[in-house]
Amino acid sequence: MSSNDEPKVIGFLCNWCSYAAADSAGAGRYQYPTGIRIIRVPCSGRVHPFFILSALRRGADAVLTAGCHPGNCHYSTGNLIARRRFAMLKNLLEFTGLEQGRVNLAWMSAADGVTFARVASRVVTQARELGHYQGALRKQSEVPDNG
Amino acid sequence: MDKQEVLRATVRKLLQNGQVSLVIGYANGTLPLRTAPVFIRTAEEADLLVWNSLCEYNLANYLPRYANDRIAIVVKGCDARALVGLLQENQVQRDRVYVIGVSCEGVVDRRQVAALVGGREVTAVEESPENIVVRGRGFEKLIPKKEAMFPSCRVCRYGNPVLADITIGDSVAAGEDAFDDIAAFENLPAPEREAYFVREMNKCIRCYACRNACPMCYCKQCFVDASMPQWLSRWVGTADNLFFHLGRALHLAGRCVDCGACARACPVGVDLMKLNRKLIKDARELFGYEAGLDPEGRPLLGTFNPDDPGPFTIRG
Repeated sequence: MSSNDEPKVIGFLCNWCSYAAADSAGAGRYQYPTGIRIIRVPCSGRVHPFFILSALRRGADAVLTAGCHPGNCHYSTGNLIARRRFAMLKNLLEFTGLEQGRVNLAWMSAADGVTFARVASRVVTQARELGHYQGALRKQSEVPDNG
Repeated sequence: MDKQEVLRATVRKLLQNGQVSLVIGYANGTLPLRTAPVFIRTAEEADLLVWNSLCEYNLANYLPRYANDRIAIVVKGCDARALVGLLQENQVQRDRVYVIGVSCEGVVDRRQVAALVGGREVTAVEESPENIVVRGRGFEKLIPKKEAMFPSCRVCRYGNPVLADITIGDSVAAGEDAFDDIAAFENLPAPEREAYFVREMNKCIRCYACRNACPMCYCKQCFVDASMPQWLSRWVGTADNLFFHLGRALHLAGRCVDCGACARACPVGVDLMKLNRKLIKDARELFGYEAGLDPEGRPLLGTFNPDDPGPFTIRG
């Protein structure tokens, strides 16, 4: 993968922590790769498994879901719900052959610009090493087309 | 008296004394090796009911659709667990349902029967406790039930209904399920696993029979039919088929009771139980959760534990 062929990474960031962390990464001028596209969500618990499946299906090379540290959720328990769902999703996807490192979960606090920059770099670097996602969720049918 | 006679007598009595207005059970189907769901409202019809190892459907599927009836329903062990799931999710009111549990030694998988007779047409079936005898033009074959049993039934731990107002038949020994099939698949290299699922998904014609046969798939609008957002396209393709099956499996995470109704309903034989059983295995290993055992329980993904494992969480 060449440098102008950056991987596309979708980051679902919780409004209260990780989105603010991305903000403070900017304010603090911590560098992180341009490959990450941020989507702000109210809570990591809002990130339905379908969001992640859909991202991979429609062109993302990796997905990051980030929320508040367990115990610090703005809505008390949204991130704990997210963690269970994510465990089931990640295991199932990797069971069907998805490479490790395509779907990720991280916790960070609002003041943690450095952590956000590091996590974003790590996810983008992983995706760069894995190359563009061309797995089963991207495959067109192998059944011959009659049209 | 055999189970079928007890079943008929029980149903006759329930309808005669007006305890229920509708009974959902199994009748003979129009083809050999098939049964069909039957809905009876009079005591005379009780003789339509059958009980044999071909009673493969999960009748709990019909319960949410008959909200105005007092229903008696015939359930196997797995069906009873599905019913418990429906009670947990408030889809069924317990006091409207009379549960006729039948202890179950496993259902015979007609696909395996077909394979054992080399795809020849079966025109008659006879059953004894241990074996089934299938006949067709120019052949007769005795098949031990164990050899043609649906895979999930071979390792079933819940042959005795976990919830029943009356249980018919002696209790059966609980099996052991170590999820060897899933563990073996997990040990294959990732590209092989992916290739396997691509092959399976290519078979799927998206008829949604799996969804329709599943008692836990009761959504008024399924995500595959939604247009806002439209999660996946309407036509058949590997990626969208996989999206559908992953999505359905995830919806059933911590809810699937391993009854196999979806896999048996599939007209093209997609290996659906691979996905479902993987999630059942994970629910058990990660969260110590087993679906459909406690009517007062909470669904796996509707709840949490502050100490849930999260080894996958990445740090900067």
